[in-house]
Amino acid sequence: MICFASFPATSDASGSYGTTRHHPDVEDDVRMDLDEDDFEEGVQRLTVPGESITSSHAFMRGHGTYVDDEEVIASVAGTVERVNKLITVRAVRSRYNPEVGDLVVGRITEVQPRRWKVDANSRQDAVLMLSSVNLPGGVQRRKLESDELQMRTFFEEGDLLVAEVQAFFADGAMSLHTRSLRYGKLRNGQLVTVPPILIRRLKSHFVSLPCGVDLILGLNGYIWVSKHVKQSDQEGEEGFDAEAVYSNKNDEIDDATRAAIARVSNIIKVLASHFVPLTDAVLLEAYEWAVDQENSVKDLLADETGENLVASIGLGIRP
Amino acid sequence: MSSRIEILNDGGFRSDGRKQYELRDITIDLSQQGTADGSAMITHGLTQVLVTVFGPREAKMRSQTLHDRAVLNVEMSVAPFSTGDRRKRSRADRRILELSAMIASTFEPVVQTTLYPRSQIDIYIHVIQQDGSLLPACINATTLALITAGVPLHDFVCAVTGGVHSTSPLLDLTTLEENDVPHMTVAVMPRTRKVTLVTMETRLHVERFRELFELACEAGQTIHKEMKAAVKERTVALVGAIDAGSKPGVVDERDRDVFMGESI
Repeated sequence: MICFASFPATSDASGSYGTTRHHPDVEDDVRMDLDEDDFEEGVQRLTVPGESITSSHAFMRGHGTYVDDEEVIASVAGTVERVNKLITVRAVRSRYNPEVGDLVVGRITEVQPRRWKVDANSRQDAVLMLSSVNLPGGVQRRKLESDELQMRTFFEEGDLLVAEVQAFFADGAMSLHTRSLRYGKLRNGQLVTVPPILIRRLKSHFVSLPCGVDLILGLNGYIWVSKHVKQSDQEGEEGFDAEAVYSNKNDEIDDATRAAIARVSNIIKVLASHFVPLTDAVLLEAYEWAVDQENSVKDLLADETGENLVASIGLGIRP
Repeated sequence: MSSRIEILNDGGFRSDGRKQYELRDITIDLSQQGTADGSAMITHGLTQVLVTVFGPREAKMRSQTLHDRAVLNVEMSVAPFSTGDRRKRSRADRRILELSAMIASTFEPVVQTTLYPRSQIDIYIHVIQQDGSLLPACINATTLALITAGVPLHDFVCAVTGGVHSTSPLLDLTTLEENDVPHMTVAVMPRTRKVTLVTMETRLHVERFRELFELACEAGQTIHKEMKAAVKERTVALVGAIDAGSKPGVVDERDRDVFMGESI
């Protein structure tokens, strides 16, 4: 009874979906109820909000689902995952969902009494307590009143830092810590933001590319691209050098390194726009391709070059 | 109400050549817009709306946060060139504020806001072209944008306008028809067939209401299929891209002089 008028075809995007279209009556949903064997190995099931997944008697509901009328129903669009009796739906793109132990890159948004607020691409700003940072003058020492008064000498609004998720507060906000020599303030580089789902958990999120560029792949989708720093320099003599750790000054960066940093950043942007999960191997291959093309760094961002780049590594969204 | 144009002619056709129950062509574009978490552009005939969603994120105004759920913040802007007569509407225009409040209250029961205490979800609506059925287009686009942002929803929200010309109901009105016939907007959640919004700005005969209301709910189901197909298609494309990239062996383990920080 109700159908669509094919008028007017203004946009050529209309052909981009639903190549085969049936009459609405034919296309009626095949509602599937899941049995045990419906979750076969390697078979991915996609779902959309409001779609019934299974009955709630046999299964437990996890993230991305809710129970209504004894049915487990999806609340986000993504892939259905099952662990034993637990059904979860993983959204294909969403904000960062923190877990304890994750490495994140963040930006200070606010200085409050005995704590900093950090933007980490999550649903709330993260909290970095004064007691969970390394204080100058010895790695392990109690915080003093004088430290509270000079918090801005450690981190100011706008400063970038790398930290680890330590715990959660009752309302779900995350608490960070930087009590490691690898963590702390970031300098000598630039920040690139990608969807968090593109960054997978790796053995190490500190990556050194052979082109003299270091990467910190924050699980929240923030990536720090910086000049390579030798491991020995990083740690300092005593193991901790407050001057160097909380410094706001960049080191001298030569032109070649600057170009390399910009090239890597642009490659990450291109790969992210084609939804390619980032690994060191993919980045390296893309970097080699980019150098071979002998284009200038900014040309990488052109649509055509980007598509060639992604095609050359054989990944990305296929039309 | 006398009119110069013929809303429904003797052959049963409307001014733009549609039948009574015929909806206008829908196109949906779910591509990424800038740094937004989710975005959707929907076209109902000549009405075109772009919605971007940011969040859930830290609330800008701390006084407005709720300790047990997220706040939905809807802001709407209407392009000056979107209507026949070019005029600039300010952000504080009463009509615009009313529409945004209506959209916020439509989505309040649908978005699972309790999962995000103390956060804020920003919904920015840009009206690019309008030719009737503006509110339904905004609601449909907002649903899609929230889905692309990965915000948990109980269900889709599918909206459509319906009007009555003498005794014959019409669906998906254009501006021409909206000016002439009594009409209402209905937003439904297709799975449970619950209604989240019914609004009327004109007077409609009470005996016509039931028929029109049921028809609009039915049309919501049809629109749902269209929206679902678009979301599915995007999900398949993105999941496909991720799978291709994370499969071991696609990028072979060539001479790896990339060293991970730990191993030095």
